[in-house]
Amino acid sequence: MKLTKFAAIAAAALTVASPVLADLVFPSLSYRTGPYAAGGIPFADGYADYFTLVNERDGGIGGAKAKVVECETGYNTEKGVECYESTKGMGALVYQPLSTGITYQLIPKTAADGIPMHTMGYGRTSAANGKVFRNVFNYPDNYWNGASAIVNHLLEINGGDIKGKKLALVYHNSAYGKEPIRTLEALAEKHGFKLTLLPVDHPGQEQKSQWLQIRRERPDYVAMWGWGVMNPTAIQEAANIRFPMENFIGIWWSGSENDVKPVGMAADGYKAVTFHNVGSDFPIFADIQKYVVDAGKAAGAGDQIGTVLYNRGLYAAMLAAEAVKKAQAIHGTKDINASMMRDGMEALEITEDIMAAQGMPGFGPSFKVSCENHGGSGTVGVQQWDAKAGKWNLISDFKPTDGDVIGALIKEDSMKYATENNITEGCN
Amino acid sequence: MFYREAGDFKTTYAEDNQTFPLKLDRIGYYAILLVGFLVVPFVIDDYWVSAVLLPFLIYSIATIGLNILTGYCGQVSLGSGGFMAVGAYASYKLMTSFPDLSMIIVVLLSGAITAMVGIVFGLPSLRIKGFYLAVATLAAQFFLVWMFNKVEWFYNYSASGQINAPERTVFGFNITGAEVQPFVAYLFCLSFVVVLAWAARNMTRSNTGRRWMAIRDMDIAAEIIGVNPLGAKLSAFAVSSFYIGVAGALLFSVYLGAAEVGEAFGISKSFLLLFMVIIGGLGSIFGSFAGAAFMVLFPVLLKNIMVGQLGWATDIAAHFEFVIVGALIIIFLIVEPHGLAALWRVTKEKLRLWPFPH
Amino acid sequence: MSAEFYFGVEVFLNGLMAGVMYSLVALGFVLIFKASGIFNYAQGVMALFAALTLVGFQNGQIPFAHLINTIFGTELSTFGWTLPAFAAILLTLGVMILFAVLVEKLVLKHLVNQEPIILFMATIGLAYFMEGFGDLMWGSDIKKLDIGIPQGGNRWIEDHTAFLGGDNFYGFYIDTLDIYAAVIAAILVSSLVLFSKYTKTGRALRAVADDHQAALSVGISLRTIWVIVWAIAGFVALVAGIMWGSKSGVQFSLSLIALKALPVLMLGGFTSIPGAIVGGLIIGVGEKMFEFLIGAPFLGGATENWFAYMLALMFLVFRPQGLFGEKIIERV
Repeated sequence: MKLTKFAAIAAAALTVASPVLADLVFPSLSYRTGPYAAGGIPFADGYADYFTLVNERDGGIGGAKAKVVECETGYNTEKGVECYESTKGMGALVYQPLSTGITYQLIPKTAADGIPMHTMGYGRTSAANGKVFRNVFNYPDNYWNGASAIVNHLLEINGGDIKGKKLALVYHNSAYGKEPIRTLEALAEKHGFKLTLLPVDHPGQEQKSQWLQIRRERPDYVAMWGWGVMNPTAIQEAANIRFPMENFIGIWWSGSENDVKPVGMAADGYKAVTFHNVGSDFPIFADIQKYVVDAGKAAGAGDQIGTVLYNRGLYAAMLAAEAVKKAQAIHGTKDINASMMRDGMEALEITEDIMAAQGMPGFGPSFKVSCENHGGSGTVGVQQWDAKAGKWNLISDFKPTDGDVIGALIKEDSMKYATENNITEGCN
Repeated sequence: MFYREAGDFKTTYAEDNQTFPLKLDRIGYYAILLVGFLVVPFVIDDYWVSAVLLPFLIYSIATIGLNILTGYCGQVSLGSGGFMAVGAYASYKLMTSFPDLSMIIVVLLSGAITAMVGIVFGLPSLRIKGFYLAVATLAAQFFLVWMFNKVEWFYNYSASGQINAPERTVFGFNITGAEVQPFVAYLFCLSFVVVLAWAARNMTRSNTGRRWMAIRDMDIAAEIIGVNPLGAKLSAFAVSSFYIGVAGALLFSVYLGAAEVGEAFGISKSFLLLFMVIIGGLGSIFGSFAGAAFMVLFPVLLKNIMVGQLGWATDIAAHFEFVIVGALIIIFLIVEPHGLAALWRVTKEKLRLWPFPH
Repeated sequence: MSAEFYFGVEVFLNGLMAGVMYSLVALGFVLIFKASGIFNYAQGVMALFAALTLVGFQNGQIPFAHLINTIFGTELSTFGWTLPAFAAILLTLGVMILFAVLVEKLVLKHLVNQEPIILFMATIGLAYFMEGFGDLMWGSDIKKLDIGIPQGGNRWIEDHTAFLGGDNFYGFYIDTLDIYAAVIAAILVSSLVLFSKYTKTGRALRAVADDHQAALSVGISLRTIWVIVWAIAGFVALVAGIMWGSKSGVQFSLSLIALKALPVLMLGGFTSIPGAIVGGLIIGVGEKMFEFLIGAPFLGGATENWFAYMLALMFLVFRPQGLFGEKIIERV
C-alpha cells in the first residue's frame, strides 16, 4: 500500500507537467551550479530578463507572450538530455544549449524533432553550413571567426605583417579548446607566424608548467581558449610572469568580468574578442531597470546587469525575439511553432535600425542569415579591460574575418558530417 | 507472511541450482521481466526513455561491473570512467570502420576490448592493496582520458575531438542516430541488462565468484587454501571491465549519441559509479540496481518536484538537490550502513514475520 | 652552463613550490585518516566551504541571501560592512570548529566501529551536502579572495639570479605567493608536530591514532578527539582554501583541488604527516619535470595529471604502503 502510493507519487513527479501551448516557449538550458556557474548565471539572467522586458513593455512578441522555461544542466551532458526531453514537449521554439558537449548531442535530436538550435559563438562551428545543418544556427559568429579575428587584430597592431612572430595558444584541453587549432594552423601558414600549442587540463587551476614555458619561449602574443576557473588562473599567471597584458587576447568565453576581476589591477589591458557590445550604456538598460528590476521580476540578484555575459544573454534573446517576429511575418500568425521559427531564423536580418529600435544601437554586428549561411556575417570586435574603471571597452569595431580560410574549413568539416550521417544537402 | 523461504522443496540438483531457487523470488523476477519487456515499451515516451530509463539501465550495467570488482573481489577501482571511455571509443571506431557490423556485436566487442585494457591496468593489483590500489586505477583514468583526447585516430581526426554515433540499425530498427524509436532503444538496453545481470548473478554463485569473494575476505588466506590470486584478481578485472565497457558503448552510442571524453568519462564518472556501488550495497546485484536508481532517478525526481511542481528557481532547486542527496546518504548509512541492498534484506525479513514480529 | 640547464632548475624549483601547495591539501586528509581511519572525501569541499565563508565574512555578505530573496521577495545582499582579513579568518575558524562539532554529533557518533568504506561513504554524503549548502549560503558566483598576500614573480630572486644564464635567461621565476605558502606550510607542519608531541591533547591524538581500543581503555574520549581532529582538518582546509583561492578566485572548482592531493597521499602514505610533505614535493617536481622534459616537447602537453598518478604508481609497486606509510603486516 505504502509502496504503491509512493510509486504513484514518484511516477507523477517524474512525468513532466503538461505543456501550455499558448505561449512562445524559450527553453533556457542554464547552469547556475557546478564548475562553470560563474559564467552560466549572468547569461541565463540576461536571456530571461530580455523576455520579461518584452512581455512587460510590449505585451509580448507580436502580441504573443514569451515564456522562458529554465532547466539546470550544470554543464553536464546527461542533464542536458534530460532538460531537452523534458522541455521539447512544451512547444519549445529554439534551444540555446550553452555547452559545446550538449550541442553536439542535440544536433541529431533537434534535426529529428524539427526544433531549431541557436549556438551563438560556441557549439559545432561547421554548423554555419546551412545546407548540411538545417536546424542549427550559429550566427553571428563562431570560434573560427574568433580565431581569425585574433590574428586580424595582431595584423592590425603590427601594420599588416606578423611574419616570424610567435603566437602561443593556451587552451582548455577539450573539444571546445581544440576548436581554433586548425584555423590558427591554416592562418599561421598563410601569414607566416609561428604557433605554439599549450593545452591545460580541466579544471585548470594549476598552469605553472604552461606559463613557465611561455616565459622561456617568450612568444610575442598569447591567445586563450579557456572557460571557468582556467581564465582567471591564466590571467593571474600571465600577470605573475609579467607578460604584457595587451599582448594577451582571449576568445569571448575568456573575456568576462569573472575572468579579470579576481586578478585585480594586474589584469589591466587584457583583451578579448567579442561579437556584441559591452557595458550598460544603452537605452534598453533603462527599460530593464524600469520594467524588470524595479518591478521585482529580474531573474537574478540584479548585480550582473551590464556584465559581458549578461549582455550576451540579452543579445541572444534579442536575436531570438527578432527571429520570432520574422517568422510571424512570414507565416502570418502570432502563434508560431518550431518549424516556423526555423524559417524565421533563416530569414533573419539584423540591421542597425532594428537594433536601435530595440534600444540596443550598435550592440552587435549587422548581419543576414540565409539558407546556405547559418553563420551570419562573422564580424568580430575586440574589447579591452580597464581595471581602474573596472569595465570593458570596445577598442575595435566589428570587422570581417578571413572568410576564405574559414569557409574552406567549414565546408570540409560539414561535408564529412554529411557523408558520415547520410545527409543530403538542402537549399536547392 | 508475505515472504517466506521455508516450504520450498527441491528434488533435483538442477532445481536447487537454478538462478532463483525460491519460488517467490522467481515469480517476482519473472513478473518484473514481463512488465519490463511487454508493458513498459508500450507506455513510454521520449522523456521517460532518454531521461529516466536509459541512464538507469546503462548505469546498472556499469554498476554491476564495478560491483564485481569492488564488491565481490574487494579491489577498489576509480578507473571506471576511463574504462567506459574505452568502451565508447571502441564502439565508435568499430561503427565507423565496419559500417555493416551489427550493433549487438559492436557493443560486445567494445566490452571485450575494454576487458583487455582492464587486465593491463589490473596488473598492479597483485602488489598494491586497498585504497592504495585506487591510485593504479586513477592512473588508468587520467591516462586513458588524456590519450583519447590526444590521439586523433581515436576520433577520426575530427576538428574538435567530439565523437558522434552514426546511424546504425538492429533488426531493421534504428538504434543510434537521430531517428530512434524510444521503445527500441529501451528494449535494446534492457536486453543487455537482463542477460548481463543474469550472467553476473550466476558468475558470483559459481566457482569463479567464490574465488573472488575468498580474495576479498582475505587474500592471504585464500592463497593458502589454493585460490590463485593472479587468476582471481585479473579475471575480476576482465569481467568487470567487460561490463563497464559495454555500458560505455551503450552510453555513447544509444544514450548520448555524441561524447567528449573529458566531459562524459571524466573522473567524476568514476566517483559516481563508485558511489552507486557503495550506496547500493557492496557485493549485491540487486544493490547495483538500487544504487544506480538512487543516483540517477532520485535527482531527476527531486528536480521535477522542486522545479516542476513547486516552481522553485532552478539554481536553488539544484543546490537543495545536493543538500538532500547528501543528507539522505548519511541518513541511510546511519539507519543501514550496508547500503540499500541491506535495507531490502531487512524489508524481506520484516515481510516474513509480519504481522507478528515476535 | 647553458640557459637550458637553468630553465630545468627553474622548473624544479617551481615543482617544489607546486608540491607545497598539493601538500597543504593532502595534510587535511592525513590528519583525519590517521586519527580515525576515515578517508575524508569531503576535504576538498571543506576547503571550498572555508574559503567561501572567509570571503563572505570579509565582504559582509548575508548568508542565504539568495534563498531569502527568493522566498520573501526581498533584495538583501550585504550587511554593508567589511571585516579585516584577520578577524574574518578567526570567525571562519569558529565556523569550521562548529562544523567539526556538528559532523561528530550528527554523523560520526552514529557510525562508530563501522568499516572504513562505510565511513568513506558517509564523507561522500557530507561532500554532497556541503557542496549544496555552501552554494546556498554564499552563492555560486566567483569571488575574489584577497587577504593581502602578494602575488607575482619575486623580483628579488629574479634580479639576483639573472646573471647565471646569459642573455636568454631572466633569472629564476618564483611566485611570491608560493613562497608564502611554503613558509605557512612549514609553520603549520612544525606546529602540528610540536602539538602532537608536547601537549596532552596531542598525545591523546597519537594514542587514538595508534589504537582506538587501547586509547578508550585509558580514558581518552574518542568523541572529543574526533571533534579536535576535524576542527584541525577544517583549519588546514581553510589554509589550503586561502592559498588556492588567492591564486584563482573562490568558486566551485576549488573543491577539485582534492584530486591534486590524491597522488600525494598515495605516494606519501595516508598516515604520515611528513609523508604528505615529501610526497607533495616528489609529485610536484616529478610532474613538472616530466612535462618540461618529455610531456611538452614530445607528447603535446597536459601530461601532468596522469603522470602524477603514474609516478605514485611506480613508487607503490616497490613500497605498497606508500613511502612513509606504516608497514602492512598481514596475518591469516
